[in-house]
Amino acid sequence: MAKLLDEFAELRNSRVWRSMFRGGTGDSNLRRSLTVQQNVFLHLASVKIRRRALEVGVTWYLGTLSLGCFLILVVTGILLMLYYHPSVPQAYADMKDLQFVVSAGVFLRNLHRWSAHAMVLLVFAHMFKVFYRGAYRPPREFNWVIGVVLLMVTLFLSYTGYLLPWDQLAFWAITVGSNILSAVPLLGAKLRFLILGGHTVNANALLRFYVLHCVILPLIAVVFLAVHFWRIRKDGGLHTGLHIGEKTDG
Amino acid sequence: MGDPKDFTASMDSDSRKTPIRVAFVTRRTSPHVQPQDDERVMTYPEALLRVAVAVEVLLLGLVLVSLLWDAPLEGLADPVETPNPAKAPWYFLGLQELLHYFPPVVGGVLIPTLVVLGLIVIPYFGINIEAEGFWIRNRARKLRGLAIVVAVLALSLAWFDVYAVLIPTLLIGGIMFLGAFPPPQPSALRQWLHSKPLPFWIMTWFLVVAITLTAIGTFFRGAGWAWVWPWGAQ
Repeated sequence: MAKLLDEFAELRNSRVWRSMFRGGTGDSNLRRSLTVQQNVFLHLASVKIRRRALEVGVTWYLGTLSLGCFLILVVTGILLMLYYHPSVPQAYADMKDLQFVVSAGVFLRNLHRWSAHAMVLLVFAHMFKVFYRGAYRPPREFNWVIGVVLLMVTLFLSYTGYLLPWDQLAFWAITVGSNILSAVPLLGAKLRFLILGGHTVNANALLRFYVLHCVILPLIAVVFLAVHFWRIRKDGGLHTGLHIGEKTDG
Repeated sequence: MGDPKDFTASMDSDSRKTPIRVAFVTRRTSPHVQPQDDERVMTYPEALLRVAVAVEVLLLGLVLVSLLWDAPLEGLADPVETPNPAKAPWYFLGLQELLHYFPPVVGGVLIPTLVVLGLIVIPYFGINIEAEGFWIRNRARKLRGLAIVVAVLALSLAWFDVYAVLIPTLLIGGIMFLGAFPPPQPSALRQWLHSKPLPFWIMTWFLVVAITLTAIGTFFRGAGWAWVWPWGAQ
């Protein structure tokens, strides 16, 4: 084990590694800071974090787990796209191919679908946990608003994905949902036409939902996720202070 | 305060040893210092390692679920054959349940819009920021106010036969009243109820109503959106 670690340290000290990751190795806190600071993704986070914010009981890691679901969904989603045609009735035939032809196709679809349900559940749980912790209070108020936007994006992502298998479940769930849109005063029928690309759920709707599900909504999600994480750093790190209803003088 | 000369003045350039700010404490006030948990650790590796472990555990769990249960797949979509009931995804079943009680423009547009707007404005209202225990001040006035709000809400819900919201409303209202009066003997639960602010109660009411409606829509609704028991005969 020690030998392995030595070799890893040597690798991280090599010219190629350092050319890629800019930082070198080393046990100093300066080097640890640079690892975060000099990485385009990690630099959204701060270099240091309150020890209490790492305790499971404080956050239940619900935000982290939501992000984990999102990453699993991106990977499995891209793999599923390789086997999927957004056309009627080929989309349904592709589901059958995943079931009977593609190696581990059923597993791939299962993982994508259960992760999607898990993500909706986790994002809701994350919101309520943040509320009860009182973590929405200034200076974090706008990050709460971004969180509400991300909740909406999560719901739309899940909802647009629901149509893609083009089975009875998908078709009628989207029919029920899009009928609600018709109830919007004045604009209802127009909105519904815009979303579906027609007066009923048809091939146009499938294509629109596909583009929304695979391109537009994920891009929106990534942009808002980046701002969400960056604002954690800018707003002073994860909230570890008083919960809602806890008195300051105690 | 003791001897006013109980300190020495000095200058130092080490900011960790010498306080930067000096507070003069007068006789009438006491220097109450809020304890801070400001101990910080390095994000790499302390936080990133924990994040990696959490995501690994999540992945393992989801892989296990995916191996054990298959995602549903019904027959090819058929616009002619309407299943009964036709249900939305589970997270919209609370909404669909509301549509059962209210006209679409209320249950499908007005209420969801108000919920989203309500969520967005939470951090911009002073009452949510101060978050003082609801019963701590003006108890008599608040008792009257709460009784009126709960009564009006309950009567209008009963008028529209929305028992799925009425029952949680009465439940939360009842628990709130329980926190209003100091218990005969010290009780941790009653103390806890007493300390909770109004936003806590509103959010908890929203959470309980949302879970109730979603659960009813998911498990207790059959053909024609009629009430069925999940364990009942087919």
